[in-house]
Amino acid sequence: MNYFRNVVFIAAIAGLVAGLAMTVMQAFTTDPLILQAEVYENAEAAAPAAAEAAHDHDQAAMSTAEGEQAAAPAHEHDDEGWSPADGFERNAYNVLANLVGAIGFGLVLVAASELAGGMGDWRQGVFWGLAGFTVFTLAPSLGLNPELPAMPAADLLSRQIWWIGTAAATAVALYLLFLRRSPALAALGIAILVVPHIIGAPQPADHSTPIPENLHHSFIVASTLTNLVFWVVLGAAVATVRARFAEPAGDARRSFA
Amino acid sequence: MNTTTILGGASAQSRTMQLAMAMLLGLFVVGFVGFSHMEAVHNAGHDYRHSMNFPCH
Repeated sequence: MNYFRNVVFIAAIAGLVAGLAMTVMQAFTTDPLILQAEVYENAEAAAPAAAEAAHDHDQAAMSTAEGEQAAAPAHEHDDEGWSPADGFERNAYNVLANLVGAIGFGLVLVAASELAGGMGDWRQGVFWGLAGFTVFTLAPSLGLNPELPAMPAADLLSRQIWWIGTAAATAVALYLLFLRRSPALAALGIAILVVPHIIGAPQPADHSTPIPENLHHSFIVASTLTNLVFWVVLGAAVATVRARFAEPAGDARRSFA
Repeated sequence: MNTTTILGGASAQSRTMQLAMAMLLGLFVVGFVGFSHMEAVHNAGHDYRHSMNFPCH
């Protein structure tokens, strides 16, 4: 398991670097906007009628099933079991989620790039990072814009299924486009790239929200750019750490392995 | 300049297996942090989900 250990080690180091970079960026980009949105969310929940409707996910799912209302109402944090207290605790869990998520994405990126022959240098790492950005941020957010708290959205599970399907289709498409040298497969890749968007992401029946349009727009820009930088840093970090473990492909010891 | 390098430590076949395992592990980790329906996990990773544009609520 020497090899597996190397892969995990590279992903862990690169994930920590990129996750920390993202944590710093979020503090100035997305986090303040999420907190601003929660002011609107809480104001809305304070209104008695809204508070009734805003209780939990299951009710929202049921009303969706009845076809009576596809929009899941914004949820109210305080009524939903344990959640971290605002301030230090909340930030600490956010940092933890950033780091764990970044290491997870690091594992995916290392595994995918090694299957394709490995990153040669940090510039190839940047390209692999851009591919990750395309698969996990750009493609899903075309159909499902980055959302703030208190924004209406369709049923959670159906959005997650569309999100994962779109990311998977985009990954396959990039593979066919860039790692196979066949015009026919490239054309197939383009087709696979487009299919999820023809199917279309699940949308709420009613888009009305207390969140101001310009706040949402700022969040889309902040979230997209933060992810872009995260992926580029992750890719470059993977390539840089990897260079310390790699050995020439023609190594005599390996050819007998 | 563009010499190919590999990560050492395994034959080609076992390398593919181990990479597949690493990818599955990575997807599982991301899925747990970003897509779990467990209330406590959702609340702990709430800001991360929004920032990463994972479907949240």
